[in-house]
Amino acid sequence: MNDMNWLAVYPEILLLVMGCVVALVDLWVTDEQRRPTYWLTQLSLAVVAAMHFYYFDAGFTTYAMQGMVVADPMGHLLAGFACVATIITLVYARPYAGVRDMLKGELFILSLFSLLGICVMLSANNFLVIYLGLELMSLSLYALVALRRDHAVSTEAAMKYFVLGALASGFLLYGLSMMYGATGSLSIPEVFDVIAKGVPNRSVLVFGVVFVVAGLAFKLGAAPFHMWVPDVYQGAPTAVTLLIGGAPKLAAFAITIRLLVEGMIGLAVDWQQMLIVLSVVSLLVGNLAAIAQTNIKRMLAYSTIANMGFMLLAMTSGVVNNNTLSAANAYSSAMFYAVTYVLTTLGTFGMVILLARQGHEAEELKDFAGLAKRSPWFALVMTLFMFSLAGVPPTVGFYAKLAVLQALVSTHVDGYLYLAIFAVVVSLIGAFYYLRVVKVMFFDEPTDTAPLVAPADVRFVMSLNGAAVLVFGLLPGGLMALCAQAIVKALAT
Amino acid sequence: MLLSLAIFLPIACGALLLALGRDEQAHAVRWMALTAAVASFLVTIPLITGFDTSTAAMQFVENVAWIERFNIRYHLGVDGISMWFVPLTAFITVIVVISAWEVIETRVNQYMGAFLILSGLMIGVFSALDGMLFYVFFEATLIPMYIIIGVWGGPNRVYAAFKFFLYTLAGSLLMLIALLYLYYQSAGSFEIQAWHKLPLAGGAQTWLFFAFLAAFSVKVPMWPVHTWLPDAHVEAPTGGSVVLAAIMLKLGCYGFLRFSLPIAPDAARQWAWLIIAMSLIAVVYIGLVALVQKDMKKLVAYSSIAHMGFVTLGFFIFNELGVSGGLVQMIAHGFVSGAMFLCIGVLYDRVHSREIASYGGVVNTMPKFAAFAVFFGMANCGLPATAGFVGEWMVILGTVQANFWLGLIAATALIFGAAYTLWMVKRVYFGDIANDDVRALTDINTREFIMLGLLAVATLYMGLYPKPFTDVMHHSVTELLKHVATSKLPV
Repeated sequence: MNDMNWLAVYPEILLLVMGCVVALVDLWVTDEQRRPTYWLTQLSLAVVAAMHFYYFDAGFTTYAMQGMVVADPMGHLLAGFACVATIITLVYARPYAGVRDMLKGELFILSLFSLLGICVMLSANNFLVIYLGLELMSLSLYALVALRRDHAVSTEAAMKYFVLGALASGFLLYGLSMMYGATGSLSIPEVFDVIAKGVPNRSVLVFGVVFVVAGLAFKLGAAPFHMWVPDVYQGAPTAVTLLIGGAPKLAAFAITIRLLVEGMIGLAVDWQQMLIVLSVVSLLVGNLAAIAQTNIKRMLAYSTIANMGFMLLAMTSGVVNNNTLSAANAYSSAMFYAVTYVLTTLGTFGMVILLARQGHEAEELKDFAGLAKRSPWFALVMTLFMFSLAGVPPTVGFYAKLAVLQALVSTHVDGYLYLAIFAVVVSLIGAFYYLRVVKVMFFDEPTDTAPLVAPADVRFVMSLNGAAVLVFGLLPGGLMALCAQAIVKALAT
Repeated sequence: MLLSLAIFLPIACGALLLALGRDEQAHAVRWMALTAAVASFLVTIPLITGFDTSTAAMQFVENVAWIERFNIRYHLGVDGISMWFVPLTAFITVIVVISAWEVIETRVNQYMGAFLILSGLMIGVFSALDGMLFYVFFEATLIPMYIIIGVWGGPNRVYAAFKFFLYTLAGSLLMLIALLYLYYQSAGSFEIQAWHKLPLAGGAQTWLFFAFLAAFSVKVPMWPVHTWLPDAHVEAPTGGSVVLAAIMLKLGCYGFLRFSLPIAPDAARQWAWLIIAMSLIAVVYIGLVALVQKDMKKLVAYSSIAHMGFVTLGFFIFNELGVSGGLVQMIAHGFVSGAMFLCIGVLYDRVHSREIASYGGVVNTMPKFAAFAVFFGMANCGLPATAGFVGEWMVILGTVQANFWLGLIAATALIFGAAYTLWMVKRVYFGDIANDDVRALTDINTREFIMLGLLAVATLYMGLYPKPFTDVMHHSVTELLKHVATSKLPV
């Protein structure tokens, strides 16, 4: 555990090197379209994704950097997905950024660095490494939100994101320092051991957990720490919204697992209660507020809040009566939920990007009017995304919700059964506003009859994204098994 | 493989139409859709000819693992209860495709594709033997129907589409929890047949029964959760109304026989009075409501609710006549209500009004059509020798066997049924020509003749010789009743 073991962190090193290389190469790129930068970025991402999937396939858990970093299947799988998500994001983002004077080297470099931050968080085995990764990701994203610096809404969103994000980091750091004070260690396995042995001062620990959970809730965008989500999602350029709504959710899930499960499962009784409150409030706030939105980016932001609530719900059922038998089931359901949510959300924001034209942001619900007449294929794909978010079979969103509900029901505890029923009732409310998007696309008359124009690569990736939502909906078994495998290995260590 | 073919042939063809069809080639799209629908119907014929009527076991079974983590299986099969609905669904889809021929002019490929996909999904509901597979098909049917009502529907279509979707979703989400509960009670199995054998305590049975009731009563629909149906019917295009009445309502009735009765038999017997009361209210009260309707589609919609009341009544008196009668009524109603909506569609295409008051004396200008319409009207009020008679008669006999007074109340429905149907027929078809619209009417063309003729033959055949239908059901129904009579409470 105490050697450097460079091999395990090769993907991260490669990502770092390529980030720097892209930054240098971009200095000599004269192409308006930034083609060399773009393709170099995509190539690096593809290689890093391939490396992560290869490591995942090998299935080892190794420690590196003197125990600061753990390279386990869960980290590799999520990192692989995060790379794929970033690839898709950049495909969608390029034409949008091109006509908005955003297509600069910074877009690609900052995307790579935020991904590096995500990967660091995914493989962190130490509180400080988590914090390091979190800050690397967040700072890159703050800068990206402000990329259109002459655009008032974007800069306002960036300020909000920065101030509230810094506050959240402060919470997290404060909580972690409490944990350090109580356990005397920053290393996650050591903290786990100390808590398992029974520490003298439990109240300090619990106090620390409160701050850690609050910090995590900020990062996940769970209510009541959700205030920044709608503003930032709406204010950021849609391409950046896509970047914020995609891969970082996987990282937030992973650090929740690393901190709360791998480090503090001994305190599950305490943090599970907090998560229950967070998820119930998120489901209510997210679903109810989304109904009132006419701006689709805002609506999707509230939908994110609700979805994070649903995912947290699964995390609450891991430990029942001090028994961790159902842990693997619960956490792998949450992981499946997070992965499929990111897949769907990439598509929905991608569609918002697709609708935008030169000088016009298609952010309002009415911009989708009559899409079925303008571009039937895209309308169909968007319908799949909406039904997936609403949790209607045969789309993947249904199985995500099913996985979470079964995790709750499997506990055989009445309280969890009521939670499941509550979750079902609020998803019914949620179905309304997703259906409304379908209604607008299919039933309303278009104000603009021109078909959508999109480059071939965007059309292809968008179709692939829609197909994935349907195919994983018809055959979710494989992806579920992958998540289960990753979580089982993560819990075993 | 036969059932998979029956499910996925129409779905694949529908998806193909969605992907490739263009309005410029509407004609080719129509012929492709018709070919697909006929082919999908033809593959269900071997189910009828190859069905073994001497057993209650599942036939044409397919069983492979689907989602291994939750032990969800792709398990299909039909027994005497479900077999007839597979060809019925495919048959109605053929009729719907014919009915839309010239009527639907915009987005023809989407219309046809939606109906073909819907057909495959509904066959899936009838043949699924895995709880989660059933649920997936059951829910997935909402998507095409929502689009059909919303895109090709009447002026108030958006409201109707939302109401339809949210009502049904609300009911079925509770069923989802029930399915998960059963999954854990049966130690990790979604097999419906395993759930049939699962002993369950009284309290658990009661709440399972009500969770299933929530899902199925909305779908049937039973009084008092029927209010979405008149809206959906009135706003839906003709084809949508036909499929809704002929097949979709049966998904709910079928659910009672596949889930509620065998899984929670003790609760079913304990709460039968409630279902019987709801059914009788549907039969009598909704019958009266139908009497005062001014809109033809609304009238037939309410008549559907009343007829479905008969079906649920038959199921919950627990004797063979009742249950078989309910099943026969389901099939017969598929033909008759489908035909009724098509008749309204024929008039609506010409005059663009569904108001009874806009018509009068149609028989003078459309003699051939009026003959069909009067025939289906007779079938709707249960005239002997039509399909409508057999099921109602069996249910009433069964009810009298169980309790004379209940039978008497149910029988009054025949009077209401005759009253509202015949009164409508009289006002629309008979008498003098009421206005210039009616004077300008042209009689049905060959296409409409074929479409109504096919349904008339089916209605007459079933009315004169229902034996093939009841033979198929006999063993499965007796088996089911034997099962329901045995308590599942743990000792």
